[in-house]
Amino acid sequence: MSGVLSRTQALVVAASLAAAIVVGACIAGTEGAAFGFFALLAVGGGAACLFERSHFRAVAALCATFVGTTGLFLLLASDLLAVTQLLIAAGGIGSLFFFGARSLPREASGPDFLRVTLTLATIVPICAFAAWRCARSASFQSAGPVEAPLAGDAGKIGVALVDPRQFAVGFELAAVLLVVALVAALVFARRTDEEAS
Amino acid sequence: MGLGAYLCVSVALFALGLCCVIARKNLLHVLIGLQLLLAAASLVFAAFARFHGAATDGRVMALFVLVVAAVEAVVGIAVVLHVVRASGTARPSAFDRLRE
Repeated sequence: MSGVLSRTQALVVAASLAAAIVVGACIAGTEGAAFGFFALLAVGGGAACLFERSHFRAVAALCATFVGTTGLFLLLASDLLAVTQLLIAAGGIGSLFFFGARSLPREASGPDFLRVTLTLATIVPICAFAAWRCARSASFQSAGPVEAPLAGDAGKIGVALVDPRQFAVGFELAAVLLVVALVAALVFARRTDEEAS
Repeated sequence: MGLGAYLCVSVALFALGLCCVIARKNLLHVLIGLQLLLAAASLVFAAFARFHGAATDGRVMALFVLVVAAVEAVVGIAVVLHVVRASGTARPSAFDRLRE
């Protein structure tokens, strides 16, 4: 960790994670402790992405966010989603971003902290108010919480993805979208004859 | 933990991602902000799938969001590398030729 964070930063991160675990454990026991750990990993990683100057550290923070959301998916009993998130997001997308960070020039200056902080101070209340209004007005409030079983959900999702009455069309469209993206990335990234010379 | 706790995390992630897209002056960080936005969206889908029935639907939608995130990363990185190679800078304000 010392390669990515200084000793002081590592201590702050470890203390914050420990505090989140303790607070979560006091509120909701073992599940609360796990929630506190993963939630702080996700949100703290996002905050580090916002304020970090170095490309590599920002991408590492993004990977921490992906790992945090993976843990939250596990707590939500979505094991297939968690595995997919870990493999594709934290693995594939993270590697891609590391490659991009390596290929891009270093920033001459870091983020403008005043601009970032002011934007954050504007956006957070708006998002919080919008979420609160949606939670108050949406019809899902009338439905009681459903405790989904903690067993694996891969079989049900697999059936739903190939069922023509459910998500078969969307599944095929997603496959086409991935192929188009692959070809587009090849076209964009290859060097032209002028650039090569 | 209840639905509200997961929604709070999701709103925080969404706000951080939106702020990253708006306030940062580097294309790579803009792409990172978009990834945060999509992670927040998939977390909301999974949370509602867990707490309000129709579990499969929300999880399948979260999978689709993950596919969109992968596509955005692949095409976005390729475009960023291309324009940085052409112009030598990763500042979004440098790419305004479409406006002319």
